[in-house]
This record gives sequence, C-alpha cells and structure tokens, in this order.
Amino acid sequence: MSSENRTKWKNFSERNRKSGGYLLRKVILGKLYRIVRAILLFGLCFLILQPLINKISLSFMKEKDLYDATVISIPRNFTLENYKLVDQLIGFWKTLLNSVGISTLVSVVQVVFCTIIGYGFARFKFPLKKFWFACVILVIVIPPQTIMSSLYLNFRFFDIFGLIKLTTGNTINLQNSILPYIMLCMTGMGLRSGLYIFLVRQYFRGIPKELEEAAYVDGCGTFSTFVKIMIPDAKPILTSCFLFSFVWQWTDSFYSKMFLGKIRLLPNMLTSISGLLSDYLININGAGSKPSVAYGQMMISTGMIMAIIPLLLIYIVAQKGFVENLSQTGIKM
Amino acid sequence: MVRRKHRDLQVKKAMTGYLFILPFIIGFISFMLVPLVESLRMCFSNVVVGIGQGGFVMKFIGLDNFKKAFTVDPEFNRMLTEELTRMLVSVPATLIISFFMALLLNQKFKGRGFVRAIFFLPVILSSGVLVGLEFNNSLLQGMEEVVKQSTGNTNITTILEDILSNSGFGTRSLKFVFSIVNSVYDVVIASGIQIIIFLSGLQTISKSMYEAAKIEGCSAWESFWKITFPMVSSVILVNLVYTIIDFFMRTDNKVMQKITETMMPKMDYGFSSAMAWTYFAGVMVIIAVLCGITSRWVYYHE
Repeated sequence: MSSENRTKWKNFSERNRKSGGYLLRKVILGKLYRIVRAILLFGLCFLILQPLINKISLSFMKEKDLYDATVISIPRNFTLENYKLVDQLIGFWKTLLNSVGISTLVSVVQVVFCTIIGYGFARFKFPLKKFWFACVILVIVIPPQTIMSSLYLNFRFFDIFGLIKLTTGNTINLQNSILPYIMLCMTGMGLRSGLYIFLVRQYFRGIPKELEEAAYVDGCGTFSTFVKIMIPDAKPILTSCFLFSFVWQWTDSFYSKMFLGKIRLLPNMLTSISGLLSDYLININGAGSKPSVAYGQMMISTGMIMAIIPLLLIYIVAQKGFVENLSQTGIKM
Repeated sequence: MVRRKHRDLQVKKAMTGYLFILPFIIGFISFMLVPLVESLRMCFSNVVVGIGQGGFVMKFIGLDNFKKAFTVDPEFNRMLTEELTRMLVSVPATLIISFFMALLLNQKFKGRGFVRAIFFLPVILSSGVLVGLEFNNSLLQGMEEVVKQSTGNTNITTILEDILSNSGFGTRSLKFVFSIVNSVYDVVIASGIQIIIFLSGLQTISKSMYEAAKIEGCSAWESFWKITFPMVSSVILVNLVYTIIDFFMRTDNKVMQKITETMMPKMDYGFSSAMAWTYFAGVMVIIAVLCGITSRWVYYHE
C-alpha cells in the first residue's frame, strides 16, 4: 500500500515539476476552495435552520427554563404541556382539519383552472393573445391589496349586473362564505394564480408540437388531446403548482382574513394566539392576570411548530416536486 | 374552397383558444379591472357603507384622501419613505446573494441535495403569516435588548463597526455595509424562489460553451463574466421584478399592514385605497426605472 502511495506521489511531483509548480498550486487552491465553500454552506444552512431549532427547543421548555440563564437550547424541564395548552386554545385538530380541507380544495381548483388557461395561452393562436397574456403579467404584478377594498365591498353586496337586486329586492352577502374565494380561484385571480398560469404555459410551450398533431391525426379531439395527452405529460409541473399552492394557501393570512374570517384556519388562529392565552389565564386566575412576554412568546413558537409540522412532512416527502421540477421549467422573460 | 376550409379551421382553433382562456378573461374583467377602476374612484371619494340600502355610496371629495395621507396622517410619510428605501437596499442584496448561492448550489459536491433542500426551506417557512409572526414581535426584540445588556453587548458586527469607524473610514458607507451584513438572515430567508429561478437559468447554459472557453485559455473568472453572466442576464431581470413584488407583498411590510388595518377594522375604504395607490405608484416607478436600466444590457441568446 505504502509503496503504491509513494509511486503516486513520485508521479505527482514529476508532473508538478514539469508544469513548473502549476499543478500543486491548482490542487491546493482547489482543496482550499472546497473547504471555504463547505464552511460557507454550513454556516448559511445553520443560519436558516437556527430559528426553527430554537422554536422547537422552546416549545418543549417549562416557563421557568426561560428565565434560567444556563438553559440555552436544551430544555432542563422537558414538558409537553405547551402543546396541550395550544391544542386547547386553538382547537388544534379541528383547525388542522379545516386547514387541510380548505387548502386542498383551493389548490385543486387553482391548479385545474390555471392548467386550462395556461394551455390556452401556450397552444392556440388567436387574436389579442399578446394583450391577454400581458394581462396575466399584470395580475402577477398588481398586488391584491390595491384592489382589495373594492373587491371586499363587491362581495359584501354581491350582485350580477343588478339582476339579483331586481328579482329578490336585495343583494347577497357573500362575505364569510368560501364561494367568493373559489370564484376567484376558478377565474385565475386567486393567491398567486398568475404565477401558476405563467409556469404552466412555460411548460406546455416546451412540449413538442408533433405530439399533439399525432393525436389530432389519430382522430382525437381538442379537449381529449388536452386531457389524455398533454396533462399526463405535464405531471411534474402540475404537482409543483399544486404543492406551492397548497403551502402558500396554508400559510396565507391575507386572503383567509378577507374571505374566510369565520372559518377556523391555522393562520388566523396563530395570529390570535396571544389574545386567546390571556383570555384563558383570566378565566383561570381571575381578572388582572396577564401572561408574561416570554410565556406568550413560547406559546406562539409552539403554535408555529404545530402549524409547520404538516408542511415539513410534505416538504420532506415531495422535496423534488418543489425544487427540481421548477428549476427545469426554464423560466424566461 | 380549400382556402375557405383552412380559414374555417383557423377560426375554429381561435375559438377553442378563447374557450380555454375564457375563465381568465371573465376573472380579469370582473375581479381585476372593475375593482381596479372602482378603487381608483374610491381614492377620490368618501365611501359610506350604508347597510340598509344594500350597497355603498361614494361621494366625490377630490384629493382630500391624498391630502390626509401626506399632511394629516402622522405615520404614512415616514413609513412610505422607510419602506421604499428599505426596498432599494434589500432588493440588490437579495439578487446578489441569491445569484451567488445559485452558483454554489449549481456545482457538484457531496450532500448537494440536502443543502438545496435546506436552502429552499424558507420558501415554505417564511411565507404568509409565519413571517409576520416572526417579525411582529416587538416583545422578542425587547428581550433581546435585555440579553445584550446583560452579556455586555457582545455582537461581532457592532465591535467591528466600532473598530472600523474609530480607524477613520467613511462612516456613512460603513453604516450601509453593516446594515446589509446585519440583514443577511432576512435576505437569505427571502431568496428561496430567486435561487430556484437562477438555478433554472444556470442549467440552460450548455456545458460545451465552458469547454470551448477553457480550451481557448479562459480562466474561471473570465468565463463567469463572459459566459455565465450574459447568459443569465434575462433571468436577472425576471428576478429583479419578482423580488420587488415579493418585497411589496410581504406581510411584515409596514405600509401594507397600515393599509389593511385602515380597511378592515376601521372601514375607511377611501383613505386606504388612496394609500394603496400611492404606494403602488411608487413601486411601479421603481420597477420601471430599474427595468429600463437593466434591460439595456440584457443579452438574449436565441
């Protein structure tokens, strides 16, 4: 073994001498670069993970651990009480079920309609196509906050060209029902729908035209070509869109506050956790008792961990769907 | 006859195309265009919600809402300038860091999949309400202050800042640099999608170009500036626009919070849409200027 190594080294030094020290320099620089890169990547990974780790360890602590200077990230008094309390405060399982239901429904609707619209943009020639696609870009660019006030009022006093008022004498209040939001998603106006339309169109444009033409020649209609040939081919991008839609819907507070205020969803409950906590303490200890700052913080961290865990599971299982598929679409302007 | 048939087919195809994008057209007109015009009208009027009449009334009051925003409201001016300057600092920082990270993650090394997975974690974990919770807590910051005082203020950047500013560099530019260093966490957290977009751009560059350059005696540095950079320049433009919009719509954005607050609990629709339009106009100007500058040196390969 050692003799083999020695011959290797001899060989190397011979080559190094011939190249005038260039080889050695190159090898050393390469190694150095790798070390620096490893340190950098490790540091940044730590930077990203640190708050998460911090929250996890915080959620297992007892309140007195927070004031103990010797406790940094490993809880001294390990407890599951925080989780139980948060469960009690926000009704975790019911809220989770609501969130799963709403997110699934919304993202399925979004993906289905964005696929249809994106396919239309990618594969057909029609007048004003550029104009309508510019409108898609506009939808991506215009923040929903700009139009939200009037949209809100429109759904509060919902009417289709005055027809409903004419027949029933009054407008319908669609606030606090899920219908307006589903309508938004169906028409490509939901949370980041423009982005999904863009991505799907980009993907369909990359599929060779011959595939479609072959189907037409074989007597397949437009719609059945779309369903039977194109959609199975676009599975990766569709799963990506679904995953992103699901996750963003899960954490979204803007739309859910606006349209789904009455339904107990995780984001809405998370923002109200500290209020609920003080109510709870007042109920137990009588008026005037307030949770300490640190304690409230601990509860919020626990709630966040509970809300994040399903997302983390999805991410671990479907990591490829999030990253690789999207980076293969070829996003261009 | 044949030509007519061909035309018929074309018309039919165009019809099907319209059928496919019909949902979008309906949505765009009824849920985007109409509200957009309406909220523009709201800016200039006093909105009274009359529940009894089953509707709301707009009374034209001219520029009063804007006057209120700029002269009466104590916070709006300050918040607006603060957020816009913060955007001007954080957008270039995000772009540079995410480009750099994409370059690193595009190389081959052990555990690349794992590192990539961690880097894209913020895409999920720092979206929507989670960011708001993280940054809204002034309480947590208060605690941090206490910790800092009790540990004797040991913060590497502050120490470094002290040393450098004592040694007589220009303090202003230093402050700028340190504000970037301090916000590295925010930037890394906010750059998940940008890294993905850059990666997709980097993967479209064919390897043969680098090989050719290497044979011609190009160093890695040169081939970066002469190949990589021009080839992803169009992606940089995409990312620029995306980053600005993303920043605009983040929940920890103070102006956005104020707008939603005036709208939802306070029901002051006219005032809130006036503020939203002012902010939107500011952002649009920034996007237009930056795009105008960058699109000059964007290189299209095809």
